[in-house]
Amino acid sequence: MKSPLALIIRREYFERVMRKSFIISTLLTPILMIGLMLTPALVAMLSGPEDKVVAVIDQTPQKIGKQLENDGDLKFQITDSELPAAMDNEDFDAVLLLGNDLVSHPDNVKLYSHEAASMQTESAIRNQLENIIENERLKSYDIENLAQIMKEVKVDVSLETFRISEGDASETSSIVSYLVGMITSLMLYMFIMIYGQMVMTSIIEEKNNRVLEIVVSSVSPNALMMGKIIGIGLVAITQILIWGLLLTACSYWLMPLMAGAAEGFELGVLGSPWYIAELFGYIMLFLVGGYLFYSSIYAAVGSAVDNIQDASQLVSIATVPIILAMVIGMAVVQDPSSTLAMWTSIIPFTSPVVMMARIPFGIPAWQIVVSVAVLYASFFALVWLSAKIYRVGIFMYGKKPSIAELIRWARYK
Amino acid sequence: MDNIITVEGVSKSFAKHTALDNVSLAVPRGCVYGLLGPNGAGKTTLIRAINHITAPDSGIIYFNDHRLTAADTANIGYLPEERGLYKKMKVGDQALFFAQLKGLGKAEATQQLKSWFERLEITDWWDKKVEELSKGMAQKVQFIVTVLHRPQLLIFDEPFSGFDPINANVLKREILKLREEGATVIFSTHNMASVEELCDEITLINRSHNILTGSVRDLRRRFSDNSYEFTFTGERAALHAALEATALSVDDIADDRQGMQRAMVRLREADALPHAIAAVNGAVRLEGFHALLPSMDDIFIKTVEASNLKTPVEQ
Repeated sequence: MKSPLALIIRREYFERVMRKSFIISTLLTPILMIGLMLTPALVAMLSGPEDKVVAVIDQTPQKIGKQLENDGDLKFQITDSELPAAMDNEDFDAVLLLGNDLVSHPDNVKLYSHEAASMQTESAIRNQLENIIENERLKSYDIENLAQIMKEVKVDVSLETFRISEGDASETSSIVSYLVGMITSLMLYMFIMIYGQMVMTSIIEEKNNRVLEIVVSSVSPNALMMGKIIGIGLVAITQILIWGLLLTACSYWLMPLMAGAAEGFELGVLGSPWYIAELFGYIMLFLVGGYLFYSSIYAAVGSAVDNIQDASQLVSIATVPIILAMVIGMAVVQDPSSTLAMWTSIIPFTSPVVMMARIPFGIPAWQIVVSVAVLYASFFALVWLSAKIYRVGIFMYGKKPSIAELIRWARYK
Repeated sequence: MDNIITVEGVSKSFAKHTALDNVSLAVPRGCVYGLLGPNGAGKTTLIRAINHITAPDSGIIYFNDHRLTAADTANIGYLPEERGLYKKMKVGDQALFFAQLKGLGKAEATQQLKSWFERLEITDWWDKKVEELSKGMAQKVQFIVTVLHRPQLLIFDEPFSGFDPINANVLKREILKLREEGATVIFSTHNMASVEELCDEITLINRSHNILTGSVRDLRRRFSDNSYEFTFTGERAALHAALEATALSVDDIADDRQGMQRAMVRLREADALPHAIAAVNGAVRLEGFHALLPSMDDIFIKTVEASNLKTPVEQ
C-alpha cells in the first residue's frame, strides 16, 4: 500500500511525463538548440573543400608571386598568360595582377574575380602581400643575419585571463562566464515561471472540474498541494536532467567540432564535461529551490480563484518579482560583484535567477551557502502559509478574493 | 443506541456568515439517514466536517464512538454534490487511483473494480478517457469510486442530480443493497419523494441550526393532521351528516372507483377515529379507510417556514 502523498505525486508526474507534448518538446528542444549552434559549423564544413584558385600574373622583378603561400582553401597558381586570357580561363576563380613596381608602390596590385571576392580572401591576400613586401623592403637594407633577427624578433601575444580567488587561480574567460551566466539565469527564469504556473493552472483545473472535493475526502488538502508541487517539480527535474545529459554529451563530442569550425572562438571551460556537470549541479539546486518557493505562491493563488482570467491580478505577487529577478540577472552579468548583485542573490524572491547569473564568474562560497539556506528556509515558511490559504481557497467559488482576504483565510482554524 | 456518527454541538463560521451553529445529531448504524434543508442551510459544511475535510470551530464529531480522525476517512465513502473526474485520465486508471487513495491494494482494487464495472454494465469504458464520457456515465464511475472500498459509512450529496430516471433507479437499488450489506448511508437531497422512499431517519437543517430530527415514520405521524380517506358505498349526504360531530372537514373526492365513493375526512382529534367509524358505519357501508400521512415535502416546507418566522435572517 502506498501513502496518499506518493500516489498523488505519481499521478501528477506520470500524467505529464507520458504526454506526447512533453516527450516531443523535451527531445526536440535540445536538438533544435544544437542544430542552431551547429549550423554555421556545418555550413563551413560543407563549403570548405571547394578550393579557390587564384591565378597570379607576376610582373615584379623580385618574383613576389612565388612567395605567396597556399592558405586553407585558397590556392595560388603562377601563370604566364596575359590578363584577358587568364580571366577567360574557367579554371581560375580569380586573377591577381602584381605590378612590376609593387615593392615601392604597394597599391599597384589588382584582384579580378568572377564572383565578388570574399572579405576573407581579400584580407588573406593582403596580409601575405604586406608581409612579403615588408620583407623585401627590409632586404634592400642589406642587413646581416636578417633571417635570424626576424625570427628572434617575431612575437605572438595570446592573452590568458585568470580569476583571483582563495587557493587556486582557475582559468576562465569572462566572455564565456557572461554567456553561461546569462543563459543559465534565463533558463531558471523560464523554468520557474513555466512550471510554477503549471502548478497554478492544474489547481484551478481541479477546482473547476470539481474533482477536488472527491480527492480531499481521501487525502488532506496539504498532501494534495504538496503532492502536486512535488510531482510537477519532478517533471521539471526530469526535463532538465535529460537536457543536461544531452548537453554534457554534446560538450564532450560536439563542442570540439564546433570550435574547429568557428575560428578564433576560445572554448575554454565549456569543453570540459566536468564543468558542465558542476554547473548543472548548481542549476538543479537553485532551480528546485526557486521552483518550490514560487510554486507555493502559485498554489495559493490557484486555490483562491475560479479561472485563469481572475488569477491574472493576484498572480502578479509571483510574476512581478520573478521578472524583476530576470532583469536584475541580465544586469548582474555585467557586474557580478556589485552590492545589488549580492543582496538580490540572497533575497529569495530574486536569488535563484540572480545567483545563476553570478555563479559562472565565481563568487565566494559563503554567499552560495547563505543564498541556498535562505531560499529553502523561506520555502518552508511560505508553503506553510500557502497550505493554510489553499485549504480554505479550494472551497471558495464565485467572488475573486483580495490579498487581504487571502491573509484572513490563512488565520482560519 | 449504536451510532456510527455522533455530532455534538458543532459550530463553524466563515468570514461573514455562520454555516453551522451548535448542531448536534446522531446517525444510527445501518440506516439511511437523510440530511435535509434549503440551499445554503449548512448541509455541505456539516458533510465536509464529517468527512474530515474542514475542521469545526467548536464541537466534536465521533466516528464509531471515538473522535473522528483523518484515518477514519478510509471507512467513509463520499460522493460530493459538486463532483468531477480528471478529464484526461482513463476511466480505469482513475478509478484505481481513487481506490488506492482510500487504502486499497492495487490487485484488490482492480478485482473489485472489474466486478463493479460488470455490475453496472460499463466494462467497455475501462480504457476510455473521462472526457469522452457523458455526464451520466461519469456519475456511474464516481459512484463506483465512492463505494468501492466498502466503507462503513457512505455519504451522498444530491446523488440523483444529473441522472436520468433509469439510472437514478439503478442508483437507488444499489444504495439500498449497500445498506442491506451493512453500510450506513447519509444522504443529502432536495428530492423529498426519494426521502420517503429511502430514508429511515432525517435531520432538517435550516439557517445553520438543526430544526427537526427523527425517524421518517414518526415524523409523518407527528405532523399528521388526522386526515383519512374513507371509501364507501351509499349517500354522500349521509356520510357528511354522520361525521358532523367528529370531523373538522369532509371533502368529497370526485372520481369514483369501481362504483365506490371516496371522501377525505379531517378529524378534530386523533382519538376521534373509533367514534367516527362507528358513526359512518351506521350511515353508509364503509368499504375501507386509510390514514393520509403528510408528505415529507409538506413537513419540510412547514418546518422551514415556521423556523424562518421564529428566527428572522441574522446579519
